[in-house]
Parts: sequence; structure tokens; C-alpha cells
Amino acid sequence: MSTLLEVQGVSVTFDGFRAINNLSFAIGPAEMRAIIGPNGAGKTTFMDIVTGKTRPDSGNVLWGERSVSLLRLSESQIAQAGIGRKFQRPTVFEDQLVSENLMMALRRPRNPLAVLFFRPARADHARVAELAAEIGLADLLGRKAGELSHGQKQWLEIGMLLAQEPRLLLVDEPAAGMTLAEREHTTRLLVEAAKTRAVVVVEHDMDFVRRLDCRVTVLHEGAVLAEGSLDFVTQNPQVIEVYLGR
Amino acid sequence: MIAFNPRNTSLLIFLGLLVIFTVAVTLMSEAYGPGLVSTSFVKTLGKTLCLCLVALAMDVVWGYTGILSLGHFAFFGLGGYMIGMWLMYARTEDIVIASFANSPLPPTPEEIVTGIATQIFGVVGASELPPIWVFAHSFWAQMALVVLVPGVLALVFGWLAFRSRVTGVYLSILTQAMTLALALWLFQNDSGLRGNNGLSGLQNLPGADAIPQSLISIWFFWASAAALAAGYLLFHWVVSGKFGSVLRGIRDDEARVRFLGYPVEGFKLFVFTLTAVVAGLAGALYYPQAGIINPAEVAPIASVYLAVWVAIGGRGRLYGAVIGAAFVSLVSSWFTGGRAPDVNLGFATIQWVDWWLIVLGLSFVAVTILAPKGIGGLFDAFQGLRTPDRKGAPLGPDEGALQEKEAVK
Repeated sequence: MSTLLEVQGVSVTFDGFRAINNLSFAIGPAEMRAIIGPNGAGKTTFMDIVTGKTRPDSGNVLWGERSVSLLRLSESQIAQAGIGRKFQRPTVFEDQLVSENLMMALRRPRNPLAVLFFRPARADHARVAELAAEIGLADLLGRKAGELSHGQKQWLEIGMLLAQEPRLLLVDEPAAGMTLAEREHTTRLLVEAAKTRAVVVVEHDMDFVRRLDCRVTVLHEGAVLAEGSLDFVTQNPQVIEVYLGR
Repeated sequence: MIAFNPRNTSLLIFLGLLVIFTVAVTLMSEAYGPGLVSTSFVKTLGKTLCLCLVALAMDVVWGYTGILSLGHFAFFGLGGYMIGMWLMYARTEDIVIASFANSPLPPTPEEIVTGIATQIFGVVGASELPPIWVFAHSFWAQMALVVLVPGVLALVFGWLAFRSRVTGVYLSILTQAMTLALALWLFQNDSGLRGNNGLSGLQNLPGADAIPQSLISIWFFWASAAALAAGYLLFHWVVSGKFGSVLRGIRDDEARVRFLGYPVEGFKLFVFTLTAVVAGLAGALYYPQAGIINPAEVAPIASVYLAVWVAIGGRGRLYGAVIGAAFVSLVSSWFTGGRAPDVNLGFATIQWVDWWLIVLGLSFVAVTILAPKGIGGLFDAFQGLRTPDRKGAPLGPDEGALQEKEAVK
């Protein structure tokens, strides 16, 4: 199987604390992967490294068919290369309309001059409406994002992620603070997305991970502890020890 | 196309009011009417329009993009210096040539240039034209410098600052340092711009001795009004649509914009440079009406005033910046012009020339605390727009992010 993203032997240290320790990870072009692990296992740091927010001390991050190193690219270049990220806390532009949030995320040229002369075509409006319908916000396009409920903001952010048409989605705790019905909707969105692209979900909630029905990578102290189906990894004695403690 | 979009209502109202104001002042001026508005007041109004234009630029860079630049008046001053060089040179050239009119031999070009240099720089004890005056004979070259000097300075400064990801209060301090450094350099006699004397006599247009100031002042007033209208249109276009969305996104949550794939530094640099150029043009219109420019004009306090105007008018809305600049600068010139009556409290007398700054400072604090939307907030109240209820949380994690009380639902 070809790989879309390959993380090779990456390490990063913050003030002497080794957050990521010789971590290796790979994901294919149309695959769903869940990353679980206790607090401080390095899940968020892993995402920071892939998206360019944190530079690793050693190791390499390779992207796409031509194995481009992401370490030389800026955050915005990495995003343009096709990596989208959803943060743990919903981060949408609160003072802007739902439609403006989505329009900003649509995959169109990002350089200042192109944006300055950009005027949305009918196709762009149609795409925004389509995305809004997909995330259940069709009636709220004209409202400010700050007025949405917590769950709706999470969806809006997932909608913005889809609008970017990334090849890899990094999703940090998408179901946090959602009701059961909202979780099911979120699961459907992610499973649907994973049919055509790679999706990495960081999650604490085992029920949610089970519902995603995908391969699981367990992180512990900045390295991969186990990888496989959820049933397989939860039977791993080391994983049990890490999660339940002695 | 513009006319039918309800989002452009404020634009049309603004332009309409500006036209009415311009026509009204013209019809009341000494040049074209009964003289109800004196020539000096026409000049004050023309200057005020230029200040409104630079406040617009400040609002775009601070109110929309969240970059609290406390150095935009430096660009304004540079624009003034650039046009001032031509005005002074060309005017002095006329005088020097006239003084040679009665001499038996026609003067050589060298004699004329030396004459001009002695006239302009005698006051700082020099008689040679400094190298930076090489284009001063050409109106078009100096007009190009009005755009280029502030533009290139902003481009280089912005590139260095934004590339290193300097944000928030640190960037404000850097911009203050920039304007202070510029002022200190200009204060030196060997800067080539006449040190603390500055450039003077700018109200006398070369070759226009026969035209009374009453006419010239109204022409400059028109030019200022036209420039303000053009600037308003330009910035309205810039901040509407997706570009404006990205700018407001940068103001509220810069990192998020970056993860959407937008090169944030490029956007900041574009806005910083564009607003610097507009500030330079505003300065080039202002100083011929003021008649004199000196280094004190670009002192750090001037750029702080600019932020105060925008805050009092209401940041993040273009008309707010115009209202703030017009209101505060007109009230300020009334108080400091000695026309405000002293208040006798018995034990002390309040002389407004001294006390005005304190009033201004207190009103700035009051506006920031009590009415963060500034005067512009009155229009929201009139339209029935309310602020969102987020329990005091700002609308984004960044320092410059819109505060809850500044936003509308």
C-alpha cells in the first residue's frame, strides 16, 4: 500500500521533557486511523509537528507520492499541500458569518492578490450551501459563527476542513462535548470523508473510537506502543498497564 | 453593481454626505460664496479630511487586521516631506530667477541652483543642495516619492517584523521606535531636510502668486475630499469580500488562518504597505494646507493620537475612523486654538490649551471602558444591533482580537 504521510523517527524535546521520542507513523491515501493514548502521550504534539507548528529536533516527515519533506514548509504551505487540521477546542471565526467561514476555507488560490480580486462565483456559493447542508447548518448560513452551539461549531469546523479538500485530515477530539446524536452525525461525516482521503482522529473516548471502526495507534510517552484493531490493542498488556496503571 | 447591495448602505450614505458637505462648504466659502466660512477654516476642514484619510488607513491596519501600528503618522509625515521638497524648491527657484531679472548677465543653471540652495539651507548654515534633493526640481518625481518612500519603508520594516512573527504590543513598540528614530533623524541639521526648521512656505504654490489663497484653499479642500472618497472606496473594496474575511480572521485568530493555508505574513505586509502609501498621500495633501512641516509632526505621540481617533470613532468600521478623526481633531483645534473660554473655578482657572490633553486622555479611557464601540456604536444602537453575550470573552485568542463589546450580533 502506498503511503500519503510518513513520519520517520521524529523526536522533540521541550525544556528537557521529551514529548515525542523516536516516533514513526504512516498512513495511506484513503484510510481512517484513530490515535489514542493517555494525557501527555504526545498526541497533540504529533499533530503540531505534522502541521508545521512545532519543528522536531530530529527525524523526518515525508508527504505525498514525491515524498516531500514537510519540515521545510511553513504552516500555510503545509495546509496548501493538503493537510487540514481541526483543533480540540472549536476554533471558528466567531465574528464572521457561517457562510464567510466556509467561503474562506474553500479551496481557492490563497495568495493576497488572488484573494483581493476573488469574488465568489455561483459554483462557490453552491459549494458552500452543499457543505452547510452536509454539516446540518444550512439554515444558519447567515448567522455569526459565535452564535452557534458548541456542537454546531465543531461541525462548522469539520465543514471548513472538508471545504479545504485536504488529502489528510487531522482531527483532535471531534466528539468532545457532543450529545449522543451529535456524535453519530460526526462519525458519519468522518467515515464518509475517509472513503476518499486519509483521516487521523485523536480521541479519548473509546466508544467513539469503536464506532469509527478503524485501525488504532496507541501512543505512550511520545512513541507508538501498539497498533492494530481496537480489540487487538486493548488486549495488549502494555496498553492495559498504561491506561489502568498498576 | 455596488448600489444594490445592502452591505454598501454605509458606503453610499458616507459618499453622499461627503458630497453634500463639500458643496456646502464651497458655497459658503470666500472664493465661491458669501464668505461665511473663512479661508483659514476652509484650510482646517481640508486638513481634517486628510486626517480622516490617514485614520481610515489606521482603521484598516488596526481595526480590521489587528496590527496596532503606532507608526503610521511617520508615513503621513514622509509624504508631506516629499511633496514639501518640491514645493519649496520650485517656489525658491521662482524667487531666485526673479532676483536675477535685473542683473546684466543671464544666470547660469549652476548659479540658479546655488542660489536656491543658499536660500533654502542658509538657515542651517549650508549652501549646497543635499543629495536627497536630487529630484526636488521635478513635481512628478517627488509625487512618485510620496508613494515610494513610505511604501518602501513600510515594506522593509513590515517584512522584517512580520517575518519574525513579532505581534501585539511588541510590534507596537517597534513601530513607535521607527517613528521616533525618523523624528530624531529629521531633527538633525545634516539630515538634509532643514533640521528642526522643517520645510516652510508650503502654502505658496509655485507660479501661483496671482491666485488668492481663498481659491487655492478651496481647491485643496476639493482634492482632500476627493482623496478621502477614493480612499474610502478603496478600503471598502479591500475589507469587503474574502480579503476582508481573511483580515478579520488574522485579527481574531492568526494561527487558525495559517492552518487554513493563508500566508498570514504576506497579507499583513500587503495591508501594512498599502495603508502606509495611503497615509503618505494623505500627508502630501495635508502639509501644503498646513504650510509647514517639521520633525515634531512625526513624533511618536502623533501616531498614538491616530489610534485614539480610531478608538473614539469605533474601530473595525470605516466610517467610525472618519468620525473619530474629524470629531477629535476639530474639537482639539477648538480647545487648543485659544477660542474655548477659560473656566474659573475660584481656586484655579482651567485654561483649555493646557487642560485639553487631559480631557482627551480621560475621554479615551472612558470610551475604552464604557463604550468600546466608540461613536460608531451609536449607529448600531440606532439600527437595533446588539452585542453578543459571551460573558466578556473576546472573539478570538489574539491580543488584537475584537472584544465582545465591540461586536454586533
